[in-house]
Amino acid sequence: MDSLFDILMRAFGLVAAWDGTLSEIVGLSLQVTLTAVAIACVIGLPLGAALGAFRFPGRRGAILITNVLMGLPPVVVGLVVYLMLSASGPMGVLGLLYTPTAMIIAQTLLVTPIIAALSRQVVEDLNAEYAEQFASLGVGRLQRMGALLWDARFSLLTVILAGFGRAVAEVGAVMIVGGNINHVTRVMTTAIALETSKGDLELALALGLVLLGIALVVNVIVMTVRGTAVRAAYA
Amino acid sequence: MHDPTRIVPGDPGANVIEARITPPLMAARGLGCVVGGQPLLSGIDLTLQARRRTVVLGPNGAGKSLLLRLLHGLIAPSEGQVLWQGQPMTQAHQQSQAMVFQRPVLLRRSVQANLRFALKVRGFTGRERARRVDEALEMAGLTHLAHRPARVLSGGEQQRLAIARALACGPQMLFLDEPTANLDPAATARIERLIMGAHDQGVTLVMVTHDQGQARRLAQDLIFLQDGRVAEAGRADALWQAPRSEALRAWLEGRLFVTDPR
Repeated sequence: MDSLFDILMRAFGLVAAWDGTLSEIVGLSLQVTLTAVAIACVIGLPLGAALGAFRFPGRRGAILITNVLMGLPPVVVGLVVYLMLSASGPMGVLGLLYTPTAMIIAQTLLVTPIIAALSRQVVEDLNAEYAEQFASLGVGRLQRMGALLWDARFSLLTVILAGFGRAVAEVGAVMIVGGNINHVTRVMTTAIALETSKGDLELALALGLVLLGIALVVNVIVMTVRGTAVRAAYA
Repeated sequence: MHDPTRIVPGDPGANVIEARITPPLMAARGLGCVVGGQPLLSGIDLTLQARRRTVVLGPNGAGKSLLLRLLHGLIAPSEGQVLWQGQPMTQAHQQSQAMVFQRPVLLRRSVQANLRFALKVRGFTGRERARRVDEALEMAGLTHLAHRPARVLSGGEQQRLAIARALACGPQMLFLDEPTANLDPAATARIERLIMGAHDQGVTLVMVTHDQGQARRLAQDLIFLQDGRVAEAGRADALWQAPRSEALRAWLEGRLFVTDPR
């Protein structure tokens, strides 16, 4: 039996060779995750800003719900999306099950509450600082939301990063709604699960290394941007 | 010739600066604010004349900053009302006013962008906005810092920017809540020049300060608050010479005047 070191070396070799299979899986992973995070930002950031900046009846309940949804079990989301998209489900006619679109839907459902809940906290803190000045200037609701999101942009990068981390590492939901079909819906996490169960540890480890590398690169970029912003007093 | 203001005797805590010649720009009638069952301000009756410099004085906790917020409409009063040119104050009237806070609230943007934002909110567009930004920068002596992030400026520069931002919108009335607190004499002098310049342009000023020297330099009218009530109000020069309330007399003499020894 090969030693862990041998497997690791072969995994590094696979990454270095960067063959078509690896690139296809990584490419689809990034496509699905980045699309889901982008959609989650479009929904979650204004939602979080509204919850953080405005007082309205039911606000506390809405905050509670977004906080609870942050901890949604991925397999439950996967199951719900599966039921919705399956042939007998209300959206079965769209034929989206076992497609990247289904995976994007599942990941969006998982990530949106994270982005909404965390951005709510960031915006609420900033709003506490700006509230009187905005009231004095007569800033309207939409202007206020836009200004708060813009001024919190560097803190919100960390929020988006948290959402990205959740999405890119997610396996349960995308496995259920995507089906882990080769060349169609196979992404890094589902491929790692499959290859590990097959005993093809080199590929599993190679994909794991790529996943770690992506997480590292994204973190370094966000930290650099944030650090620069803090030094320039924009954060 | 009549004095344009007159002290109306009555409740010792509710003196009134009464207008006789020009209609008042702003008036408070029976204004009060209760927080958590505790009355923080009560029975405030005052009239603020256009183009005057009114200084609000009083010890900590007297309700000076709260009074400014009530007058500016940032807080809804528990009782009484604020009148703007004789009419109950609305949000539209509030747009004719501006307020500068003790700790300047600046957006996480450049100096210029802070000015642009305020002007955009107030509906100024295009060339007019650009012109006002340039004018405000020049007036505040911040032209060379236009592209600097606002939050890296010194305390004095930040406050000048906050005042310039308020004035750029062309308010009729400017509220200033201890704008020179914690600033050195040089920074204070520049801010006072800015404030006096605004007054020369016709802006009515209502300013809270703890600094007796500053009050003497700037005040035309004076409101002295004590325990959430107006202890004394009137023309500043008259009150400096002959304060009628013990609270103001003690304050002017630098004596400790404590109504609640707890």
